Amino acid sequence: MTVAVVGAGPAGTRAAEVLVQAGLRPVVIDEAPDNGGRIYQRPPAGFRRSDGDLYGTEAHKAQALHRRFDQLRGAIDLRASTLVWDVRPQQLLTLRDGRSETIGFEQAILCTGAMDRVIPLPGWTLPGVYTLGGAQVALKTQGCAIGQAVAFLGTGPLLWLVAYQYAKAGARVAAVLDTTDFATKAWRTGGLLRGGRTFLNGLRYVGWLRWRGVRIVEGVVPEAIEGDGEVTGLRYRTRHGTHHIACDAVGIGWGLKPETQLADLAGVSFAFDPVQRGWLPVRNEAGRTDIRGIYLAGDGVRIGGADVAELAGARVAWAVVEDRGLPVDHAAVARLDRALQRQAKFRQALDRAFPYPHRLAAGMADDTILCRCEAITAGAMRAAATAEVNRTKALTRIGMGRCQGRVCGPAAAEVLAAALGCPVEQVGRLRGQPPVKPIPMRTAAAG
Amino acid sequence: MRLVRLAETARPAVAFTLDGAPATALAGDTLLTAILANAEHVRTSEFGDGNRAGFCWMGACQDCWVLVQGEGRVRACSTYVAQGMAVLRP
Ligand SMILES: Cc1cc2nc3c(=O)[nH]c(=O)nc-3n(C[C@H](O)[C@H](O)[C@H](O)COP(=O)(O)OP(=O)(O)OC[C@H]3O[C@@H](n4cnc5c(N)ncnc54)[C@H](O)[C@@H]3O)c2cc1C
Ligand code: FES
Repeated sequence: MTVAVVGAGPAGTRAAEVLVQAGLRPVVIDEAPDNGGRIYQRPPAGFRRSDGDLYGTEAHKAQALHRRFDQLRGAIDLRASTLVWDVRPQQLLTLRDGRSETIGFEQAILCTGAMDRVIPLPGWTLPGVYTLGGAQVALKTQGCAIGQAVAFLGTGPLLWLVAYQYAKAGARVAAVLDTTDFATKAWRTGGLLRGGRTFLNGLRYVGWLRWRGVRIVEGVVPEAIEGDGEVTGLRYRTRHGTHHIACDAVGIGWGLKPETQLADLAGVSFAFDPVQRGWLPVRNEAGRTDIRGIYLAGDGVRIGGADVAELAGARVAWAVVEDRGLPVDHAAVARLDRALQRQAKFRQALDRAFPYPHRLAAGMADDTILCRCEAITAGAMRAAATAEVNRTKALTRIGMGRCQGRVCGPAAAEVLAAALGCPVEQVGRLRGQPPVKPIPMRTAAAG
Repeated sequence: MRLVRLAETARPAVAFTLDGAPATALAGDTLLTAILANAEHVRTSEFGDGNRAGFCWMGACQDCWVLVQGEGRVRACSTYVAQGMAVLRP
């Protein structure tokens, strides 16, 4: 039986590469129409911008990854535009163009990537408010800015990167508002310098934005996105008082969170990670899990960025090769392990430099919409607070909406923990349900 | 808020209808782009809290569902516009 790779981003591509090198012909499945994953997502046919325009300093990496993937096409069984909506023992349930298909596997490598972690605030459901990643997708794959005057709010490397990409592409950036204060970031700089170019790029973006006269404020407390039916401005607080800026669109995000639903459905154990403040699937350094035949790599396990995803994808594929009793290139594995250890140190520093402002989430006003799927407020969740997040979910439906808590999950856990006066890890975690994304009812019934 | 096209504007035009009215998009636009280049929102929340215009652009939040004649409910951010498509905003 075959090896399946779910996700054709940096991790999935490098996993497929190693599998092919070992003489296997993996099935590679991605919901997107083409390979690349999030950071190296390819624009649709007929788009003309250069890789330099699209991927900036990472253009050479994007090119290398795309080239490799194109060389692999004949040697893999590629299923593009195909959603994996459930995992059963040795089976992936997939859907493409409304048709379902069950794909059997002996080993499955899940490289499902990440999405933005957001903190709801008043006005965040207004048209014109998007995730930072979403704002970037609009620019990268559609050539569009999300508005005429765009404010960016949140924290983390993506905040500065997306603001820079917008300004560079000719969009008007109304402000960049970072909820982390400068002191926190500067204090952690020692560890960040280990990351070499990644960190220096970050500094370059900030410097360039300042030089272009973009309003930059650090250590803000966001109050509300304002507007009646559409965004007209953003209100925030600093030590000096309350401020207002005019804008017609806002990009928000506080780092990323892994897409762990498939690992959850496969039965993999989860553990609370105090640095990333979330429940993450457990795997060893090689990417093996406690479920036989299930392997994990990339941002879908723990946010590590694209370089780590490439390394981890290759590393986990060697584990599969070994478990199938095929010859392993031990020198290559040792190189990958060393590189992953170096990256882990940098990542820890990055996580500490841009901490998730959990108090902001925990303290959101009662009338703030927490669940945007069903317009459920933070107050409703507090009123229903019981000691376990899945119980509260049954009472409020928070986490039972169409997105299955992908969007509100981390913030909902903070609200609940604060309401109960317990550490956030004690409220448990939202469980994944098949289908991982809404699909036609008849497919789920037949599956 | 309206999307602002900053690049890739030389693509061929695509005619579609939005709530029955004629509208124009560019080949390679997703429905989210196609709609927001023509209008302010893509759907109305069924929970009475106003209009929505998508959120994540990557198929995760499910806040961009629209109806396409002959296809039913689709995610606007993960569906490409096509010539003659009839799009309804729920
Ligand atoms: C919107 C967004 C923008 C980002 N931009 C940047 C950036 O500019 N720079 C940067 O350094 N980092 C960026 N990141 C971080 C980025 O996630 C990583 O650096 C890198 O892409 C991780 O690689 P990966 O292979 O682990 O996952 P990804 O690249 O995310 O690839 C995962 C793939 O799995 C597929 N998939 C997931 N679930 C399923 C399923 N159930 N069925 C089928 N297919 C599935 C997805 O379609 C996707 O193609 C971004 C993240 C997001 C969410
Ligand atoms: S905008 Fe989030 S699913 Fe389409």
